[in-house]
Amino acid sequence: MLSRILAIAMQELRIGIRNRWIVLATAILAVFSLALALLGSAPAGTLGVDRLTITVASLSSLSVYLVPLIALILAFDAVCGEIERGTLLMTFSCPLSRSEFLFGKALGHSLVLLIALGVGYGVTAGFMILSGAGSIAGLVDFLRLIATSVLLGQCFIAVGYMLSCLTRQSVTAAAAAIATWLVLVVLYDLALLGALVANPEGVFASSIFPYALLLNPADSFRLFNLAALGASDLVGGMAGVAETLPFSPTSALVSLAMFAGFAMSGSLLLIRRIAP
Amino acid sequence: MMRTSLTVRNVTKQFSGQTAVNDVSFSLEPGERVALLGHNGAGKTTLFKMILGFLKRDRGEIEVLGDLPGSDGARKHMAYLPESVAFSNVLRGREVLAFYARLKGVAQAEVGPLLERVGLAEAANRRVATYSKGMRQRLGLAQALIGQPKLVLLDEPTSGLDPISRQNVYDLIAEIAGQGTSVLMSSHALTELAPRTDRILILSKGTLVADDSLTGLRAKAGLPIKLKVWTRPGAAPEVAATLGSKQMNGRSVDIDCRLDEKIPLLSAIGALGPLVEDVEVHAPGLDDIYRHFSETVHKGA
Repeated sequence: MLSRILAIAMQELRIGIRNRWIVLATAILAVFSLALALLGSAPAGTLGVDRLTITVASLSSLSVYLVPLIALILAFDAVCGEIERGTLLMTFSCPLSRSEFLFGKALGHSLVLLIALGVGYGVTAGFMILSGAGSIAGLVDFLRLIATSVLLGQCFIAVGYMLSCLTRQSVTAAAAAIATWLVLVVLYDLALLGALVANPEGVFASSIFPYALLLNPADSFRLFNLAALGASDLVGGMAGVAETLPFSPTSALVSLAMFAGFAMSGSLLLIRRIAP
Repeated sequence: MMRTSLTVRNVTKQFSGQTAVNDVSFSLEPGERVALLGHNGAGKTTLFKMILGFLKRDRGEIEVLGDLPGSDGARKHMAYLPESVAFSNVLRGREVLAFYARLKGVAQAEVGPLLERVGLAEAANRRVATYSKGMRQRLGLAQALIGQPKLVLLDEPTSGLDPISRQNVYDLIAEIAGQGTSVLMSSHALTELAPRTDRILILSKGTLVADDSLTGLRAKAGLPIKLKVWTRPGAAPEVAATLGSKQMNGRSVDIDCRLDEKIPLLSAIGALGPLVEDVEVHAPGLDDIYRHFSETVHKGA
């Protein structure tokens, strides 16, 4: 069982490397994170906080946008693309279960994401440490950021698989993936903020809004990372919410993991119904 | 005794009211090469997908090597080559095969010899993007041969190939059948497959209209042999009268006859001596036989 999952994961990783997917994702993450590190580190000196920590705070906001996008782009083609190319017929005619297939894909795509994040953000971390701006504590924040980014990515990889199972054509799946990204990552937050601004003292602000944040993996991710940094006072904005929440920031991490679990279970159910 | 590789009994499949496969029954013995013929949309691929367990049948039974279609036991010893496969262009031929060998739980040591067998040894380390259509098809075929399966399903294995590549495919099929593997291959043209198969199944609009050897089909169709006799100028009416034919065409006379009438007729032509210049004999071709079977059903329906 394990050898088949690994075979699929390795094939996916190999394709990711060959078609320059990893290179592209890594380059995007490296460029954006370096830009943030260089521009965002200017005011940190007066605050007496580790500059690496400040950078991690900015990078977690970057991850919220880029990681779901990269994850969806990696995953949207996983099932319907293989149906179109005819390779799924061939793969499923082998003695391999549908869940082994999907777990293999998820492992491979997670590795692609891990490499892109590790190298892309690692370049920034290395640059800061070399320039004497980093400490060990900052490095721990950095590793936490990468680990939770991979978890965030897994949520959206699984969502991508669900879209891929539900659509027959990869073009449709691609459109659905972009729409999902827009709704979950951009519009969801805008809607919440709008509601909050409209009535800052009402029932919504006190008892619905915090849980609405938990429901969305992108918001859970941001909440957990900023709370863990204790940097909400530095970054302000939505991060300030972390201190007034009716639950501990760890719930945000649990919620993130649960979302990944549910989305993966959903895609496992859907792929069983696929007739390639 | 070796068990039957594949049994299909009274299998029916409907898609939203339309019957795609209608009460089809046949079986495959070990080492048999069977061609499944049918026009586009006759139900060949639907039948394959049911045998593979991808589609549920509405009625009937399918048994693959004594197991249910799609079960691990069945899939372990069968292989499938879909009609059109596009392997990832960025992978090398060897990597594609190694991947499928891992999925099938077959030792990696088999990959090299298999590539050699399909004539891809030299191209093994090149990317699939550089392969010709024939090479891609042979790579797909190599995939279907991993681990010496007992049953191989090939969906249009020779479509779009040049005559030499096609010949290579037939040679490979003959080779694995010689080792006891049952091969079921589909095509939409009898001429492509017939000479290299043991048995022919003809599917027409979802119904199985023939299940016989080529000789058997020829006899059942009972299509006439056509003779064309070229005469000396002006001798056509005389020759036609002697041979009892009404079809004249300037300098030639056309005669239709049954197989058992052929030799007497030829000697009668020989007896005409100098009146006759040449004789052409047309046995019914494979396409004629195929058309005969698939059209009879259309008329009956």
